Amino acid sequence: MAKFQLNGREVTVASEDDTPLLWVVRDELGLIGSKFGCGAAQCGACTMYLEGQPIRSCVTAVSDVDGKSVTTIEGLSGPVAEAVRAAWQKLDVVQCGYCQSGQIMAATALLSETAAPTDDDIDSAMSGNICRCNTYQRIRTAIHTASETLKG
Amino acid sequence: MYGRMDLSQFRADTALALDRRNFVRLALGSGAGLVIGAWLPAGSARAEAAAQGNESGGVFMPFVKITPDNVVTVLVKHQDKGQGVATGLSTLVAEELDADWAQVKPEFAPANVELYKNLFFGVQGTGGSTAIANSFEQYRKAGAAARAMLVEAAAKRWGVDAASVKVAKGVVSSGANSATFGELAKDAASMAVPADPKLKTADEFVYIGKSFPRLDSVQKTTGARIYTQDVQLPGMLVATLARSPRFGGTVQSVDDKAARAVKGVVDVVQTPHGVAVLATSTYAAIKGRDQLAVSWDDSKADMRGTDALVAEYKALADKPGLVARNEGDATAALAKADKVIEADYIFPFLAHAPMEPMNCVMQFKDGRATLWTGSQLQTVDQNVTAAILGIKPEDVVINTLWAGGSFGRRGVYNSDYIAETAGIVKATGRSEPIKLVWTREDDIKGGYYRPLYVHRVKVGLGKDGEILGWHHRIVGQSIAIGTPFEAAIVKDGVDGTSVEGVADTPYAISNMHVEVHNTKAGPPPLWWRSVGHTHTAYVMETMIDEIAALQKKDPVAFRLSLLEKHPRHAAVLKLAAEKAGWDKPAADGVFRGVAVHESFKSFVAEVAEIRIVDSKPKVERVVAAVDCGLAINPDNIKAQVEGGIGFGLGAVLHSKVTLKDGVVDQANFDGYEVLRFNEMPKVEVHILPSAAPPTGIGEPGVPPIGPAVANAVAAGTGQRVRVLPFADGLKLG
Repeated sequence: MAKFQLNGREVTVASEDDTPLLWVVRDELGLIGSKFGCGAAQCGACTMYLEGQPIRSCVTAVSDVDGKSVTTIEGLSGPVAEAVRAAWQKLDVVQCGYCQSGQIMAATALLSETAAPTDDDIDSAMSGNICRCNTYQRIRTAIHTASETLKG
Repeated sequence: MYGRMDLSQFRADTALALDRRNFVRLALGSGAGLVIGAWLPAGSARAEAAAQGNESGGVFMPFVKITPDNVVTVLVKHQDKGQGVATGLSTLVAEELDADWAQVKPEFAPANVELYKNLFFGVQGTGGSTAIANSFEQYRKAGAAARAMLVEAAAKRWGVDAASVKVAKGVVSSGANSATFGELAKDAASMAVPADPKLKTADEFVYIGKSFPRLDSVQKTTGARIYTQDVQLPGMLVATLARSPRFGGTVQSVDDKAARAVKGVVDVVQTPHGVAVLATSTYAAIKGRDQLAVSWDDSKADMRGTDALVAEYKALADKPGLVARNEGDATAALAKADKVIEADYIFPFLAHAPMEPMNCVMQFKDGRATLWTGSQLQTVDQNVTAAILGIKPEDVVINTLWAGGSFGRRGVYNSDYIAETAGIVKATGRSEPIKLVWTREDDIKGGYYRPLYVHRVKVGLGKDGEILGWHHRIVGQSIAIGTPFEAAIVKDGVDGTSVEGVADTPYAISNMHVEVHNTKAGPPPLWWRSVGHTHTAYVMETMIDEIAALQKKDPVAFRLSLLEKHPRHAAVLKLAAEKAGWDKPAADGVFRGVAVHESFKSFVAEVAEIRIVDSKPKVERVVAAVDCGLAINPDNIKAQVEGGIGFGLGAVLHSKVTLKDGVVDQANFDGYEVLRFNEMPKVEVHILPSAAPPTGIGEPGVPPIGPAVANAVAAGTGQRVRVLPFADGLKLG
């Protein structure tokens, strides 16, 4: 029985210890913004933060987050996240949208570490997140746009 | 502690089935406001309208709702899997209604073939890049009719002449009088519905052609958008299904003891499709299935591997097939040619691999089935579910949800994963909602692929390299034969989707002969974004390029010389070449290739610029030119072409599904590789201004990218890639 901080609130869950965090958050805690895309850390649709760092929640056992803090798309906030979302909306990045929670989590993590990423930085940070609609070009532009916004 | 998802947007199984009669009642008898649809000249429906006392001479379908809360709800009859049709159809209504964009809300229409059929298909469904094209007049008329009724209601309320009433951005006014749509909605509901409302002319458009923002961006950037995978209902069980590893295999025996011992597993049942594990959570259903021991009977399974299939297909290519086109005498022309180019092309099976794996929620209670799923062919899904459960199609209620991609996968002629869900519902006899979930492994291994195709092409050239004759055989599975779509697609045994893009080539070739062999193979075939054009455009556009190169002619100029009777092809080709700077030399180390192709009545040319990096092609830039008729939302057209280019590029570079002894080799995105972020080229899309009726855009960006890149590779390396993907067919360094 794991206990952890989810988006700033303490939760205690009944799921078995080996249950991936993704399914605990989605099925037991009812937050559905993080998506199931591959179940094998191949696509990034399930990206959450563990202690502020992006992780693949589909391969992270819930017992491994015991006592730690987890952030999902629903709890993603702050100036960087706001700039990212605003850029996504301004550029109409989304198509089917299913991968975009993970894309936004990855992009926000990148911009939080690297305020003005180069195209190579963006490639490195984003190439683990698949988008089958292939919205990659707009994601790249949106990351640059958000970076500009944050510069003020 | 956390609020569960808001279910108020769904229709409960006890909700009113939305048939036309109910709509009329809602519109005329309740305080719900104005509910209206467009005129449709249909015989039976017209009679029904007359019986309802509607003397307007038309039938009005429920495409638009205007409620006292001042919201304009557009009922979207098509599936939105990212291509933006919810925004597109809303644009058409908002345009003629003169609504304010902020008050427009798309909502998926219920399953009702009479009201919501695709006017090109005759059934309710989305596909073939037809959503805007078939709805263009229908949704505009709905908006125009609603506007006329608001105007009439306002004129009556204010005692003014209707001609003095103006509508702009959701406000109705005349002189000092002014009211919102919401304020007029109830009055407007009792106005006569105009039989043939006047539509705007192009110079009056305020929304069409102006790229208003998508109506789904906010929910898709906050994690709030609900897909089928996210549906959670009280008492719901989650199911996984163990399917035969080989196509055509059946269950011989099952030992489910270990599966049942998994905490959360509540049931294991055998169904016509395999063995289902039902659990109280997704993970328990997955874990339970892992613990199943199933013996499979392969006596009816296809045991062949890819190598065997390719060998058989090549052998078939030696023999005459069904004739798809015969013009002049290609055989005689080849016999007297100075040079004959002979080439075999091999295209692999391809999975669609949308980001949201297949899934369906179904509840069967009190003789009625309620579905929550990203339905793409609602009428087929209704019929299949009804047949399995022994009820009438109208007793199948479908809540069409936003779909996490499709690329053709959800538009299945046998509703495969919906049929699986109905099979589980039937086998268990349970009345709780059941959500069937496919894993990614199920998706990659589960069939419904772009079929494996072999093309054999022989082109006879004269002494100056001119094309004397073209002989072309295509070998592969027919997608349509044996499906409800056969009558519409197959003619004299020739499946139009197998030969489209070759048999109807626009190039001026005087002796042309095209044949097809329809093969049988285990993996079920399916349309994959741009269908036959995924392989035919590649063959035609690389072969034409090869002929141009042999003649030492410029690839653009050579194509133009063969396209004199096809000005729309020629126009996009010229535009793409101009915008790409085709007439100027490329930078050092950069090689260019071009392709032009028509699909779904739209015309797209693409120029690709590549470098060879680490013995592999790296596509750096793609310039596309598009003619898809009148551009409803130019930014969305660009988005679709950008996405189509990435989708097609990933396939030609990496993607393949292969079989060994009948079992699929790949399982997840590590084996089935698709385009990743760092491989996405810079894409520019230029739209040719047009007043022609709008045509498809979801798919037409895909076909030219493969051959454009292949032609650039040939320009840079001299290699003509004829075995796809490039990972298999291109050997450098």
